[in-house]
Amino acid sequence: MPVDTTLGAVPHSPGAPKPDPILVVDGVRRRFGGMVAVDVEHLEVQRGAITALIGPNGAGKTTLFNLLTGFDRPSTGTWTFDGRPMGRLPAARVARRGMVRTFQLTKALARMTVMENMRLGADRQPGESLATALVPPLWRPREREITARAEELLERFRLLEKKDDFAGSLSGGQRKLLEMARALMSNPVMIMLDEPMAGVNPALTQSLLGHIQALRDDGTTVLFVEHDMHMVRHISDWVAVMAEGRVVAEGPPGSVMADPAVIDAYLGAHHDTDLGDDALLEDPEGPDEAAGSAQRREERP
Amino acid sequence: MDWARILTNVAGELIAPTTAAYALAAIGLNVHFGLTGLLNFGQAGFMLLGAYGFAISTIAGFPLWAAVLVAIACAVLFGLLLGIPTLKLRGDYLAIVTIAAAEIVRIVGRSTALTDLTGASSGLRGDSYKVTFQALSPFPDGTTTLGPFTYANNASNSWWIRIVGWLLVLLACLLVWRLINSPWGRVLKGIREDEDAVRSLGKNVYAYKMQALVLGGVIGALAGVVYVLPRAVQPDAMGRPMTFFIWTILLLGGAATVFGPVLGSMIFWGALMLIKTVMRDVVPATVMRTEQIEQFGWIVVGVTLMLLVIFRPQGILGDRKELAIDAR
Repeated sequence: MPVDTTLGAVPHSPGAPKPDPILVVDGVRRRFGGMVAVDVEHLEVQRGAITALIGPNGAGKTTLFNLLTGFDRPSTGTWTFDGRPMGRLPAARVARRGMVRTFQLTKALARMTVMENMRLGADRQPGESLATALVPPLWRPREREITARAEELLERFRLLEKKDDFAGSLSGGQRKLLEMARALMSNPVMIMLDEPMAGVNPALTQSLLGHIQALRDDGTTVLFVEHDMHMVRHISDWVAVMAEGRVVAEGPPGSVMADPAVIDAYLGAHHDTDLGDDALLEDPEGPDEAAGSAQRREERP
Repeated sequence: MDWARILTNVAGELIAPTTAAYALAAIGLNVHFGLTGLLNFGQAGFMLLGAYGFAISTIAGFPLWAAVLVAIACAVLFGLLLGIPTLKLRGDYLAIVTIAAAEIVRIVGRSTALTDLTGASSGLRGDSYKVTFQALSPFPDGTTTLGPFTYANNASNSWWIRIVGWLLVLLACLLVWRLINSPWGRVLKGIREDEDAVRSLGKNVYAYKMQALVLGGVIGALAGVVYVLPRAVQPDAMGRPMTFFIWTILLLGGAATVFGPVLGSMIFWGALMLIKTVMRDVVPATVMRTEQIEQFGWIVVGVTLMLLVIFRPQGILGDRKELAIDAR
């Protein structure tokens, strides 16, 4: 795999430089009152790779996502995306530059149909300006292109037969799929997925993983936050670990989880999370079972 | 009971200029609430500003078209002024600010300091600003009877104002129909559902909300002009109750539909007239006096609004299925 070889020479240390970074973050801090939620010295994300961002609850992963995508403002810090500085850009402009995100709590537009959801994700629709909207011949041709693209994506995500249903009538997993498909309507350079697996039926997990890998193979850069370690191991090319707002470790998924800093980060606050389970790291066949039993332990009152 | 007279009264109410004005105002509110999800509780403020803008500039000697432009400009400014501080905040803040701002417009309008301009609490007499509008009428002076209805051709409560008023309603419906079915309307609908999602898809949510607020406000200002043409500009007649009647009309007809506001306005004023005239005939004066019947009519309006949002929140023309979906 080409990606693995390019990342092969990268040192396994926090803030390691990448051969072809698409996103370079420098000194980004976000304070909430006295609490520092995010304090990232330096982070680079390799172009065309799947990078996972992991860390215990409250590590600042989603806050970092919000900062990078313009949904929150950093106290200090800058970052560049595709070579251009992007700090303090409003969320809509960030998306138009080609960095599109999804949300931890899915934001399907419930009272719009699946197809309308998809069309809304498209860019360069002149009919979205008030004056042009009044003259259909000016936007109908683009609308046809958008619809064709939407149908193609819905087909790929197996939602085509649902296209005229309200998004609110879809299952949780289907909404996740819809949100991801919608984010792809504008052909983003980089897609940011916030816990794409949260609440997804296991039967759908496999196809979601496939979709994410297919994105990478099409040249899209993927950065995702995830708690499901199985998924992280399975599809990511590179893993960055956050704890207490900082990036504490980086590396390929196999080795990063053995990093003492990572074990510290997880063991420090959460003894019983599945990542802290050493058996999980040693036994390549075990993680599912170990994770499963850890979960069952947690569920028991 | 004289049913012919009662039904004529009710039918007259269906085509009355006031009904057209309220339909127009509700169409404007529909752009705010139905399409975009903006909670504007100050639509009467937009109407009053439109009425003031039109009347005062006409009195100052402006031709009709310029006076209408002034009314529109007032609404645009008011919309911008309300929107700039509030549209970046959550929806409830807009509700609070708009209801307060509409009251400010009314209270400033009726203050004695402005007697020369607005006529303070006694308002502006209709004769002082109707001239240019009536002069534009193609009809000869006199009255015309059409079926059971007899109205003056041009004077105050005329056929001319009915024709212009309903023509404006028709145009506004066309505009809203065109916009609802356009990509622009789709973005507004998305904002109504979840603005963060729309933001994440690269749309400038703030700009869209501002456009919707201003557009709906301009339609409201035109409604204000239609409303005052058959009467006088009375600031106290255009306060909070007016805003809530407009809301009742919108919810009655069905928000986010094209003809909902029009149907709502007709049913609202028609039913009110029906209740009042029937009760005047049926209820003896010893039980309820005429002015008490008037009051009772408004009580019925309040109860209707409550029953409506409880049992038929989608209104008459709304889509039950659409509303049944949990929005989040």
